[in-house]
Amino acid sequence: MASERILEVEGLSVAIPTPSGMLHPVQNVGFHVDRGETVAIVGESGCGKSLTSLAIMDLLPLRATRSADRLVLDNTDMLRIGERQMSDIRGNRMSMIFQEPMTSLNPAYTIGDQLTEGPRRHGQSGMSEARDRAVWLLEKVGITAAANRLRQYPHQLSGGLRQRVMIAMALMCGPDLIIADEPTTALDVTIQAQILHLLAELQREFHTGLILITHDLGVVARVADRVAVMYAGQIVEEGSAHRIFTTPSHPYTRGLLDCIPIPGKTARGSHLGSIPGIVPSLIGEMPGCHFAERCRHATGRCTSRPVDLGDGLEPDHRVRCVFSPEELQP
Amino acid sequence: MFTYLLRRLGVAVLVALTVSLITFSMIYLSGDPAVALAGEAATEEDIESIRTYYGYDRPILVQYGDWLFKALQGDFGQSHYLKQPVALVIFERLPTTMMLGLCALVFALVLSIPLGVLAAIRPNSLIDRTALTIAVIGQAMPSFWFALTLMLWLGIIWRLLPITGSDSWANFVMPSIALGYYITPAAMRLTRAGMLEVLSADYIRTARAKGLRPVTVLFKHALRNAILPVISLAAVQFGFMLGGSIVIETIFAINGLGFLAWESIQRADLPMMQAIVLVLSVFYILLTLLADMLNAWLDPRIRVA
Repeated sequence: MASERILEVEGLSVAIPTPSGMLHPVQNVGFHVDRGETVAIVGESGCGKSLTSLAIMDLLPLRATRSADRLVLDNTDMLRIGERQMSDIRGNRMSMIFQEPMTSLNPAYTIGDQLTEGPRRHGQSGMSEARDRAVWLLEKVGITAAANRLRQYPHQLSGGLRQRVMIAMALMCGPDLIIADEPTTALDVTIQAQILHLLAELQREFHTGLILITHDLGVVARVADRVAVMYAGQIVEEGSAHRIFTTPSHPYTRGLLDCIPIPGKTARGSHLGSIPGIVPSLIGEMPGCHFAERCRHATGRCTSRPVDLGDGLEPDHRVRCVFSPEELQP
Repeated sequence: MFTYLLRRLGVAVLVALTVSLITFSMIYLSGDPAVALAGEAATEEDIESIRTYYGYDRPILVQYGDWLFKALQGDFGQSHYLKQPVALVIFERLPTTMMLGLCALVFALVLSIPLGVLAAIRPNSLIDRTALTIAVIGQAMPSFWFALTLMLWLGIIWRLLPITGSDSWANFVMPSIALGYYITPAAMRLTRAGMLEVLSADYIRTARAKGLRPVTVLFKHALRNAILPVISLAAVQFGFMLGGSIVIETIFAINGLGFLAWESIQRADLPMMQAIVLVLSVFYILLTLLADMLNAWLDPRIRVA
């Protein structure tokens, strides 16, 4: 089956002025998403993954500025359209699920009102049609007595239910692409798995592209087709989920994977890995590899000049390191 | 919603009763009413006969009970000075004061809510600074002085508006501005603060992520949540305004309740003063109740709380 490209991002950067200088939380990020594909963006807090998703949606905070070489959603060049046309795309062809289900719904309006708002705004359907779809989708996301739920207010639902509502909301207009920004972080561990399965299931059923932003590698391993690992505003390694999990190349990716125990592999009582040092400040320009300070392979070469995302072990695999992937294998 | 209404109503009745008791006793605390009525040249016998005639010789609680019982039936007694039923006089004057209060409130909200919203959308911009200046001036300026300044410019120098009286709508313009301007600063700052907070809320980002038009995001999703404290404030301030209208009505010689109150104080017209204070308090209580109901309607979370 020929893959159909839904989203193409190239050279995406975000800059935020701060009193102590220009902050560069996202630097030259590029990746793509195909229809029916799940791309996970992983990285620790503050690595720029959430801002990357907000930059794609053009929902960055006012002070932040976005620049990109290429930002194309299914033949629409999002760099060339105005805010009005962008708002036609938002929630319609591209929708987003946020991290905080408890606060992401407006407390003053019913679930039904907030679900049907999107399709009515985008002229997809009238009130009754939108309500029917809302009920159908609420049932799809596993909410019982969906018709009655439409009359309920957010404060009457639990966090897990609210996130289900958010997922249903993201699907209301039948988007080509869904961006899920840490959709399970704020939820109970038992609910996390359910929500994740649900997302993966719906993504297969509706055949949309899905960008899953998370710091939970366990989540990624289960649902992602491809993985982009972000560190300090840059993608440091990108490849198929299988490649990243079996033979990670970049020292940071390897460090991350060392941090999680693997059943059957990690010996009971043994120390889990940790990455020494802290994430560098992203204020001002930073030549060379961002990870160099914490990397045990680092040499003088690493910090002298910018390191590009180079070819990896297979065509769709890329690594940002001065050493070749072969050199990096243990 | 209905139980919430009932509960709030119960509280309102209790507050009204307490206020009536305080009102009633406060007037006795200000001096012997019989002496005040009798005037300076009165003899001891005159005072005594006045005291028995009006029943001031009875225990205070009995007087209060009697007064309250009649007041509940709409009978506030006879005015000592006008020799007319108090209820009738108040009923004549009340619409003027309500009209003034309402105009002032509308003026204040029409000025403060849009300015507050604009200031919040563009914090620290020129419009924000202008709004702040208006707020600071409004807060700092005594209303009687502002009223006199308005009179001087609009009434005397430019001759745009009539200075005194309450015969036509034009008479209400300056008093409404003078009275309403008083509550503008607080309402504006509160709108601004509320909007600033709400605009950074997660659900506003959700609304934008749905592709909703900026106007929808601003007015449907943000303002409804930001306006809640402003409504409560407006109700409280409206109460202050009813008090403030004593000053404003006197300055502009508007034949309303405030003017009547001032006249009654000068004439030591006890039943009239008691009734006015009670009517204004009950109005204030009703307004607070109305604000609570409005907030409950706007924010479903309040209904269950």
